[in-house]
This record gives sequence, C-alpha cells and structure tokens, in this order.
Amino acid sequence: MADQIHYQSVRQMSDALLAKDISVIELADAHFERIEQIDDRVGSYLAVTPERAREQATTAQASIDSGNVTPLTGVPMQLKDNLATRGIPTTCSSLMLENFVPPYDSTVTASLANTGAILLGKGNMDEFAMGSSTETSAYKLTRNPWDLSRVPGGSSGGPAAAVAGGLAPYSLGSDTGGSIRQPASFCGIVGLKPTYGLVSRFGLIAFASSLDQIGPLTRTVEDAALVMNAIAGPDTNDSTSILRPVIDYSIGLKDGVKGLRIGVVPEYFGEGIDPQVAQLTRKAIQQLEFLGAEVSEVSLPNSKAALAVYYILAPSECSANLARYDGVKFGFSTHDAPNMMAALEATREGGFGTEVKRRMMMGTYALSSGYYDAYYKKAQQVRTLIRREFDAAFEKVDVLITPTTPTTAFKLGEIQDPVVMHANDVCTVPANIAGIPGISIPCGAINGLPVGLQILGPHLSEATLLRTAYAYEQSTSWHAQHPTI
Amino acid sequence: MTEYEPVIGLEVHAQLITNSKMFCSCPADYQSAPPNTHVCPVCLGLPGTLPVINSEAIKKIILTGLALNCSIAEQTKFDRKSYPYPDLMKGYQISQFDLPICYDGHLDIDVDGEARRIGIERIHMEEDVAKLFHRTEAGSGEGYALVDVNRAGVPLMEMVGRPDIRSAEEARQYLVAYRSILQYIGVSTGSMEEGSFRCDANVSIRPKGVLEYGTKVEVKNMNSFRAVFHAIEFEIERQSKVLNEGGRIVQETRGWVEAKGETISLRSKEKANDYRFFPEPDLPPLIVKQSWVAEIAELLPELPIERRVRFEDELGLSPYDAGQVTASPRLADYYESVIQHYIEINGPSGTIAKSAANWTITELGRLSNDGQIPVEDSPLKAEYLAELIGLIDQKIIGTSQAKIAAESMFTTGKSAKITVEELGLAQITDSSAIGDAVREVIEANPSAVADYMAGKETAAKFFVGQVMKVTKGKANPTIVSELIIEQLEAKK
Repeated sequence: MADQIHYQSVRQMSDALLAKDISVIELADAHFERIEQIDDRVGSYLAVTPERAREQATTAQASIDSGNVTPLTGVPMQLKDNLATRGIPTTCSSLMLENFVPPYDSTVTASLANTGAILLGKGNMDEFAMGSSTETSAYKLTRNPWDLSRVPGGSSGGPAAAVAGGLAPYSLGSDTGGSIRQPASFCGIVGLKPTYGLVSRFGLIAFASSLDQIGPLTRTVEDAALVMNAIAGPDTNDSTSILRPVIDYSIGLKDGVKGLRIGVVPEYFGEGIDPQVAQLTRKAIQQLEFLGAEVSEVSLPNSKAALAVYYILAPSECSANLARYDGVKFGFSTHDAPNMMAALEATREGGFGTEVKRRMMMGTYALSSGYYDAYYKKAQQVRTLIRREFDAAFEKVDVLITPTTPTTAFKLGEIQDPVVMHANDVCTVPANIAGIPGISIPCGAINGLPVGLQILGPHLSEATLLRTAYAYEQSTSWHAQHPTI
Repeated sequence: MTEYEPVIGLEVHAQLITNSKMFCSCPADYQSAPPNTHVCPVCLGLPGTLPVINSEAIKKIILTGLALNCSIAEQTKFDRKSYPYPDLMKGYQISQFDLPICYDGHLDIDVDGEARRIGIERIHMEEDVAKLFHRTEAGSGEGYALVDVNRAGVPLMEMVGRPDIRSAEEARQYLVAYRSILQYIGVSTGSMEEGSFRCDANVSIRPKGVLEYGTKVEVKNMNSFRAVFHAIEFEIERQSKVLNEGGRIVQETRGWVEAKGETISLRSKEKANDYRFFPEPDLPPLIVKQSWVAEIAELLPELPIERRVRFEDELGLSPYDAGQVTASPRLADYYESVIQHYIEINGPSGTIAKSAANWTITELGRLSNDGQIPVEDSPLKAEYLAELIGLIDQKIIGTSQAKIAAESMFTTGKSAKITVEELGLAQITDSSAIGDAVREVIEANPSAVADYMAGKETAAKFFVGQVMKVTKGKANPTIVSELIIEQLEAKK
C-alpha cells in the first residue's frame, strides 16, 4: 500500500483512512519517508514538521474513529512558506525572515487544521513570491520532478513540485500573477487561483495585496474542489474578503459541459507562445467541444497591457508591503552600523535578494512624487479597462480558455534576463489584474514535459471552472500520469 | 519698516476615545498600560496581518465633522503613507490622502469681542504611531531608543485648518475652541500634556494689503496652548526681522524649544519626505451611508457656542462669564449643577447665576490653578458650593469667611455647613453679643468718641473696624454699624 499511495488523490486517501486501510499516522509517515528519500533531489520542502503532524494526527484519527470527518480529515498536506504557521518558521524563502516564527496562524492554516488536515511542512518558493522559477529562493533550488534539470515554475515551485512528485497530496500556494497556475502547468498538476477575496489573505505574507490570492495545488480537479470547500469563505480578519456564504464545490462538479459557452482568445495564442503549446491547447478546446461545449472567438485586445500594468502595480504595492522589514522587531538584522538609518539600510541590503530589491526599487519609483500619475495612476486606469473587457467578454461566453504558460518548463539557470522571466506570466497575469478566477490543468506534454491549459471565468465562477476542468480531465488521462522519481 | 500680516493655519491631531485601536481589537487606552502590553500581531505590523476598520472611530470622526459644519464624504478611502522610522510598525501609516471623511467645515471663534470664522479644510482618519523613548547608556554615554508599541494603531484624527488665522491669540482661541468641541461631543480627552491632542502650525507673513501668501514655515513640538501662542508670536517676529533685514524666508520645518523660547530649524523642504501615498489595498473603499450620518447627527450634544448663548440668554451671564464657564463641558455641567442645588436648597434666586459664575471662575479657578486640578474634579462638590453660596446669601457667613471655607473644602471635600462650623466661621448676628463688643470698644477709645461728637462722622468707621477685630471678623457688619451709630447717638 505505502509505495503506491503517494500518487493517490485526496479523495482516495480519505477513503483509505475511513476504511481503516491505513491510519492517519501511517499515511503521514509514508509521506515523510518519501520526502526523506527523494526531496534532497526535488527540493520542494524548506522544512518538514513531523512533530506538528504527529499532534494533528492524534486528533484527526480520533475524529475519523468517531466519524466526524471531512474529506481532508487525516490527509496530509504542505503549505507554501508565505503562509503563517504558529510556532513554525515562516520565511517566504527570504534571508530577511530566516528566524521569523509567527505567533499566529494564517486563516487558511487554521481552517485546514480545524478540518483535521496534517501539516507535512513548508514549501519552497521564490523569495517573497517574486519570481517564476523558484530560483530566487534564498535557501534552495527546487527541481521539476518531470526533469530534474528544469525549474518547477514559480513562485509556488515547492508546492507544485511536491504535489507532482508525490511528496504531498496537495499544497496551498499563492498567486499574484500566475504563481499557482504557472508552476501547476510546468509540473503537470491542477492549480486554482480563486476570485480575489474568496479565500482570506490573513496570514499570507503580502507581496502585492490587491493581486495576491491563496489557492490549492492538487493532482485532480475533484481534490481542488475539496480543498476549496475548506478554505473559501468570508473572514472578519480580511476586509477584502467577499461576504458570501460558503458553497460546496463538489456539487455539480460532474454535470458536464453540455451547452457551456467557451471563448477562445486569439491574443493568447499569438506571438511568444510556443506553437506546440498553442496546438495542444486548441486540441483540448476541441475535446471540450466534442463533450458538448460551444466554442466561439472572443477578442481581448487590452489583455496585452496586463503585464505592463502588473509590473507597475505589484512592485508599487510590494515596496510598501516590504517596508516593515527593518530588522528592529523580527527577522534578519544588522546591528553593526553607526546609526539607525545606516542599520536599516544594511539590514535591507543584506536581507533581501536581487529580484526583491529590483521590484521594490521599481515600485518606489512608480509611486514617487512626479511619477505617480504617469505610472501608478495610469496603471490603475488600464486595470479598470482590462476588468471591463473581461466583464464584456463574460456576457458572451461562460469561460475563456488559453494556454497557461508560453512554454514548457525551462532549464535551471536558463533565463537570466528578468524581462524574459517576467514575460512568463503573460497568460496568467490578466486574471489577477481583473480579480477573476483561473485554473490550470494538464492537457498534454511536449518531449515529456507537461503542458497546462488555463480556464478563466467571471468573478465567483469557481464552480463552473471546476466543472469544465473536471469534464476535460475525466475524458483524458493526463492526470493519471506521474513522473518517475 | 513694512507692516506685516501673519497668515496662520493649524493642523491638529487628536486621539479618539474608543475601546479598541483603529485597525485591530487591542485596547486603545495606552497611557496606563505597562509598555508593549496592548499589542497584537496586527498593530505590531507582523507579516501577513491585515487591518480591519474600527467603526466606532469612524462614527466619532463623523460626529466631529458634523460639529464643525463639515461635509461628510459618501465614499472615502484609506491610503498608505510611507516613511522609514522605527515608530512606524509597517513602514507606512494608514492615513487618508485625497478623500478625507470630513471636509469643508468651519469653526466660529470670538476674539476680543470680534466674531471670526476659521475655515476647516478637512478632517481625516489615521493611526497613531509607537512611542519612542530616547535614552543614554549610563556607562558609555551611547544613545539608544526604546519603543512602546501600545500607542501604535490608536485612532488619530487630523484636522487641517485653512490659513484664516491672523494672530497668535486667534490661533490660541481657535485651538481652545476646537478642543472644547471635541470634549463636548466626547470624542477626545484633548490633553496636550498627555499627547492626545497635538498641534502643528503653518506660519507665514505678508506685507499688509498683499493677497499673495508668503513662504510658510511649519512649527512643531508645541506641547501646550501657551507654547502654541508663544511659538507663533516668536515665528511672526522672526520672519518679520528676516524680511526687514532684506532676507528671504526658507520653507522649512522648525521646532519650538520651550526652554529657550524660540524655534529652531529641524529640516528644510528640500530634504522633506516623499510619502509615496497610494490607496491602501488591504481596505476596500468606505461607503458612508447618509442614513448613518443622520443617525450620528442625532447624537450631537449641545455644543460650546450653543451653551454659551443659552447661558447668556437664560441666565443673563455676560459673554465673558458665559465663555469661561462653558470652556469645558464638565465645567459647564458643574456650574449648572451648582445653580440647580442652590435652587433646591434656597428656592429661586435672581442672583445665583452670577454669583455661581463668579465663584466658579474666580475663586475656584484660582484654587484649581494652585492645586493643578480641574474644578469639576476637585473634592469640592457642586452641591457644597451651592450650600456655601446659600450661607452667604442668608448672611450666616461673610464673603471673606466663605473664601476661607472654600479653600478648605477644595481639599477636604467636606460640606459647607460642617466646614463653617469646624472653622468657627459663622457670623455673629446676635445683637446683644455684638452690643457688648460695641460698648467695650467705645469705652476703650474716648478720643475717637470725642472726634465723633465733634462731627467727624468717619470716626464711626474706625469703630466698625475695631469691633470686627474684637469679633475676629465674624460679626455681621450691617448690625455692627447700626449698633455703633445707635450707641454713639445715645451719648450725645
């Protein structure tokens, strides 16, 4: 049992626990063993938390024995290291937070704990979630389980690699410009970025507050629905969370796509998109059409401005969000300085990596007096245009389908030019700008490397996205393929 | 020498009285708590935490706006103001930039009998910062600072006044009037000493008759009303001197140094911070429903100016007296309570309004100053002051005895009757007892009697003085005079 179980779905693991085929602790230990065996090659975990897992397992097992369960009870999971975990270091893969142990749980950490989920450890990521390859982590590289010479994507590279490599059945990531969907695509798994405000951001260490959103990385679409059931919903600690009753995302999941109106956006298949990726995406759309969906073309000309808007707004917000790291109250600190301002400068010089500094500089510039109108304000105006364009599109179609990424996973160290790296987010960024949900699911492979398909929908259309994704997934076998590692 | 006209605008920060802080549920009372005990991950600015707006604070700033004749924004928002300093937990302060909650109001003041209307540009909501304590290491002499985060996140309201003020005295009056309103509507303690009420002044001067503003200087670190007055006076004089000597005013921030009685340059405008304001993404725009504003308007109590007018109209107080007793709402309550108690004890009176005002302002005002305790907080309760005034009116004690009694009551808190009794202050009204004293004095001063007989009527006054001396001031002076004349006339 133990040697096949890591590629089972959350649902299957839950069933095994309920059938008493395996105990909660055995299931967690099976994962810790696999982490022990292969994670020195994958590098998906920054830290493992067997003690916490053991504590949680006792409670979860009692819940299972008494029949008081959800499908996540007793099932292990990983959290991206920008999600606050009480008593467990939360570093954002930054030297700056090397010794930071939060005295509180993020809302999602608490929600999962309350439902009996078992924490295996914290996932590696790009520093402060800034990057598309997980190479900006201050601590380690994460490798793509499909090809260890390649990146897993980013910034949720640790979570994606862990889920793809059978090192966790699911993980929570965060997505500011594609940080869940792009690595999910690179690693051949499911990644859902929910509507902005659907999942509480409390305890998510902020990168860009108006864009950040937490979501699941899973191996099946159904699992994504199950995890959403546990983490979605209003939170009084997050004023931007949407006040709406929680719904059950597994209801209607299997209703199919008959009559579903799919929009194909030519702008997402043009320049910069690998023709083979475009071709696999079109093939997937044909498959959905075959399953009963109606396909039409929808133009989104403003989408091409999304990347520029993103690279003004996200750095602007991060320049303020990261201002608190001054070495005074927590985290990395340099004391050897003649005065307070010098100590602050030395702390920030030593504690932050290059990409983080670059973005803070860009943001500080964009918000500066005299430049604000030309950059930040203009970007906000264009953001409104992009939002309206999506709104208009969703009056004609139910969902839009695009490639998730322009290419398959690239090699470690292959992309050095930050502008080229930033261009990796071209298909995913518009959803963050508009605050709409998007899901990436596997739709094939090129030379053994997974390709992802992105489905976008209007605000709070997660159920539709999951239903569409499920219909496609069940009619193909991509989700059943796993890397051999 | 050119004659200059000062142009002054005040920016006043006032902490709001709320149970919890502006963006978290920590208790907002930070003064009494041991350092760093009223803190949580949110007000400590720990990573991943998010602000949640305190609706009580919003209610109180709207109440303030209404009391100051402001428009209340239907849609408002918060912004981040960035600057690096260790008193700022997040590296930015959540404040309001271009859409303040309250805007376009005014405050009417009375300066030397002249009514002045001072415009209010805006009142916006923000959070207070942590408190820094600068220390020096005993041995090495090295400087360091301690941070108390209790104050970080306390609701802070900033009022920006228009540059309509033309003198230091106007500035002082305006500040007093503003504080008085905040106290009346119960939104702030308004204590400059405790730092819950802070004022910065923008001061410029221009040649009389010129409309264009001069270069303004921002003056900070004024910790009392007196300091505001003196700092502005100083600044007007300094600027006039610079201009008269052919110099140029530099746009800068200056600090008031109380000990030296002067302002010194803190930083020039060129080195000023670029705060990089942008909308706070963690807080959605705040929609203020007009129905809510209407509900809040219902809560507006009688304001100082309304109470003053009422005291003038209904009680016949002079504008000065009315202004004095309505300076703070609690003093006005005290004053009204004295009158009420007096009427309960003695029945209606045509003089009590004036005498209660005199006692409250002059005599208790002096004791309050000496004892550094507000009249309304002193042990001398309103009902005992009413009792004391009653004793005077019934001629049981004289005014000078009453002052002695009041001084004692101000510290002991004992009733007027008990105090008068214990200190033996009651007047002697018994004619036979006073008659004995008069006889004694007349017999002892034959030469004065001779003077009286010779027609020197003033000699009678000498006898009054002597009788008062013998009775230790307790004899009723009217009865004394009557008996002296009676006895002297009998000798004729």
